[in-house]
Amino acid sequence: MKTRIAIGALALAASQLVHGQASEIAKPDPLVESRLRSLGEELRCLVCQNQTIADSNAPLAHDLRTQIREQIARGRSDGDIRDYMVERYGDFVLYRPPLRSTTVLLWLGPFALLLGGAGVFVYTVRRRRSVAAKELPISAQRRETIEALLDGAEPTSSAPAPARKKGASA
Amino acid sequence: MKALRFAAPLVIFLLLVGFFAVGLKRDPKEVPSPLIGKAAPAFTLTQLHEEKLVFTPVDMKGKVWMLNVWASWCVSCRVEHPLLVEMSRRKLVPIVGLNYKDRREDGVQWLAKFGNPYTLSAFDVEGRVGIDYGVYGVPETFVIDKMGVIRHKQIGPITPESLEKVILPLIEKLNA
Repeated sequence: MKTRIAIGALALAASQLVHGQASEIAKPDPLVESRLRSLGEELRCLVCQNQTIADSNAPLAHDLRTQIREQIARGRSDGDIRDYMVERYGDFVLYRPPLRSTTVLLWLGPFALLLGGAGVFVYTVRRRRSVAAKELPISAQRRETIEALLDGAEPTSSAPAPARKKGASA
Repeated sequence: MKALRFAAPLVIFLLLVGFFAVGLKRDPKEVPSPLIGKAAPAFTLTQLHEEKLVFTPVDMKGKVWMLNVWASWCVSCRVEHPLLVEMSRRKLVPIVGLNYKDRREDGVQWLAKFGNPYTLSAFDVEGRVGIDYGVYGVPETFVIDKMGVIRHKQIGPITPESLEKVILPLIEKLNA
């Protein structure tokens, strides 16, 4: 329990360190900051491209957060602010790019791959099944032997199964 | 059926090679600018050398010009700087500097040291104009036509190659 608390505290401390937004201004307004956070998490920082504007410590991210704070204070909606970013940096700035001709592959590609995979799977299963049905004609006598074995009885037929050690089978 | 077994992996492989061939040659740092073909955003800034004078892009109406974003703290600006100086010596195109998030005295000193290719430099201390122009990696250069429309954006330093192959032909075309 104690270690858990310690780990939690460390994680919290670390998150305070990595978040660019945290303790950036003297008197943060909690409402503005939470809107900034949710907006900033959907916007890509163009300097360090795998970080969000909310998380990045890059000077540009800092400037953009200032811009967003000002625009929130001026009463602009989240959509307005997103448009403001797209006007300047293009769709690339959005972590959720809109569906356009250039992003069709991005949006539908994974589903196409999934469908393709499912197709291959169904095809393989069906083929195996038909092969299994075709190639293994079992004589009635042999079937009896097999069923007896599966039931746990000693083999009684003329074709004895090889001796097995008890518990050897998994 | 046998043919498909053989061909399918080959097709997939070739498809991947195609994707990689295109993808690996692209620079992920170069984000296509949505500003191309649009009017250069308006601004009014003081000039770097003359604190009392202002500059606005409207001043350049009727001319093909370049807006070059630079800063004294920007290392790769030094790489392209000799090319800009050479361009201004040959009087190819008026170049306006946008001194981005710099200190006035640092900018002035830097130009005194490395040469000043600019007609003038606008002083964007807070980087707001930079944001309006979608600047995210200094240096950046915009080619703007006579109507004030952005026709090209170079992200990162101008190279002799990009100058000869893209920028100069474009300027010639726009001036024609």
